Amino acid sequence: MTILLEAQNLSRFFGPNIAVQDIDIKVKRGEVLGFLGPNGAGKSTTMKMLSGNLAPDKGEIRINGFDLLSQPKQAKAQLGYLPETPPLYRELTVREYLQHCARLNGLTGTSLKLAVATVIERCGLGDVSRRLIGQLSKGYQQRTGIAQAIVHTPAVVILDEPTSGLDPQQIRQIRELIREIANEHSVILSTHILPEVEMLCDRVQIISKGQVVFADSLSALHQQRHHSSLRVILSNPPSLNELYTLDNVSSVEALSSNQFRIIFHPEQDPTESLLANAVSQQWQMQELVREQDSLEDIFMQLINTDPSTVGANS
Amino acid sequence: MWCVARLELSRLFLSPFAWVMLALVQFLLAYLFLSHIEYFAQIQGQISAIPGAPGVTELVIAPLLNNAALVMLLIAPFITMRAFADEHRNHSLPLLISAPLSASQIVLGKYLGYLSFFLLQLLLIAFMPLSLMTGAAIDLYQLGAAMFGLLFLVASFVAAGTFISSLTTQPIIAAVMTFCLLFLLWIIDFAAASTLSGQINWLGWISLLGHFQPMLAGQVNSVDLSFFALFCIVFLLMTVRRLDAARLS
Repeated sequence: MTILLEAQNLSRFFGPNIAVQDIDIKVKRGEVLGFLGPNGAGKSTTMKMLSGNLAPDKGEIRINGFDLLSQPKQAKAQLGYLPETPPLYRELTVREYLQHCARLNGLTGTSLKLAVATVIERCGLGDVSRRLIGQLSKGYQQRTGIAQAIVHTPAVVILDEPTSGLDPQQIRQIRELIREIANEHSVILSTHILPEVEMLCDRVQIISKGQVVFADSLSALHQQRHHSSLRVILSNPPSLNELYTLDNVSSVEALSSNQFRIIFHPEQDPTESLLANAVSQQWQMQELVREQDSLEDIFMQLINTDPSTVGANS
Repeated sequence: MWCVARLELSRLFLSPFAWVMLALVQFLLAYLFLSHIEYFAQIQGQISAIPGAPGVTELVIAPLLNNAALVMLLIAPFITMRAFADEHRNHSLPLLISAPLSASQIVLGKYLGYLSFFLLQLLLIAFMPLSLMTGAAIDLYQLGAAMFGLLFLVASFVAAGTFISSLTTQPIIAAVMTFCLLFLLWIIDFAAASTLSGQINWLGWISLLGHFQPMLAGQVNSVDLSFFALFCIVFLLMTVRRLDAARLS
């Protein structure tokens, strides 16, 4: 598969502060890359560098084979960018604005009309195409921002936190729109919302304090789970030690007098022996819940435990 | 580049601002125009006897265009203040930056957009002197030179205003700063006039007024033209630098 966007060793400093350090990014055709990190990790800085709004101090960026620094025009023609705040002109109507954006990207005549009509339809802006952008709700403004990024059918679309500040229904609609866009374009999606990544992305890159702490596919991220756990309620509980000596249990935690968390390695499931023992020794099990290690936990582990981030911070 | 210019112009006319400006400037100058004609009609009888006396072009049109230049000095900062300051405040600059345009194309596009607004304004102003043709013989060459001078002057105002707008995120600060700069360059001539003659008068040389006055009198000097051209180019280049610097800083 062809690589549409490739960035190597991107670094950016603001004075003595390191915003981003040695970040590598690769996006293949038709792929959605989730760019994940807590607020202030350097997501927006990276997005700005990829879109040519900020020059990197080190490293190079190639978009569809064109170097962003030495051939900016050709590279930027392959690029659609939605910044954190959508770059809208409030006094224009949606249609006027999109026509202007298409014109900026060198479209003229019938191809311009066609592109604008297509994008209005794709982004569901038909009802509001004659209204002033300043009067639209935030959800529609965001859609207009996305429409702006894809009107010239770029190879790579960069969306910086496209769902921030929207209500749940708008978020769902925007996500559907992004999924649809991903069918034709490569998408880089920056976000701090984890379920969004689970829903939309093929690959994930997690950055923390300006450095990449994880870069792989979503399924690999799930395998990052170090352990799994069961939560049990027993009316007639045995001692902790007794539970601990069961097969495959790596540790036991007492949550209350009759509630326990049993932690085990993902490959070795103690459920069976636990059940058998509970029945034979009359522990009177009332509840048995498998606790999924959510993406959230993995995320927290990654950004908290990575040793290399300690150096970057001090 | 042209689409940037086109957008700037259409955005100006989408707000009532441009219309109000055009109307009020026209009203102000029309009033001045009439008072100049009134004065000319009064003294016409006395000066007609003198051979070589100034005619209607010198006594009505030149003062009118001189006033027009001053009015332009007042309104130009308010037109150009939005150029980049507004984009910074709106966070809409990334749209232009990540479009396949170079920084100089963006700057030049904006510049041409504002300049076309002033072209329209000058065209409207030009109708006033031309209307005198119905009743009097006017020196079309002098009028042409003066309008040409006015155009160059306004082009310089816009260039300076565009640059200063790129320095700040507050349009109103940009307007005030532009006004101060232009006004300083306008009156710097007064200080120059008081220095001893015979010295190299560099203060006079950088005065916008000093280069505009000869053209008002019908004298098109290549020195003045190159001054205005240099003025515009320097400020536009600085704007381009400024735009690039924002990317690097």
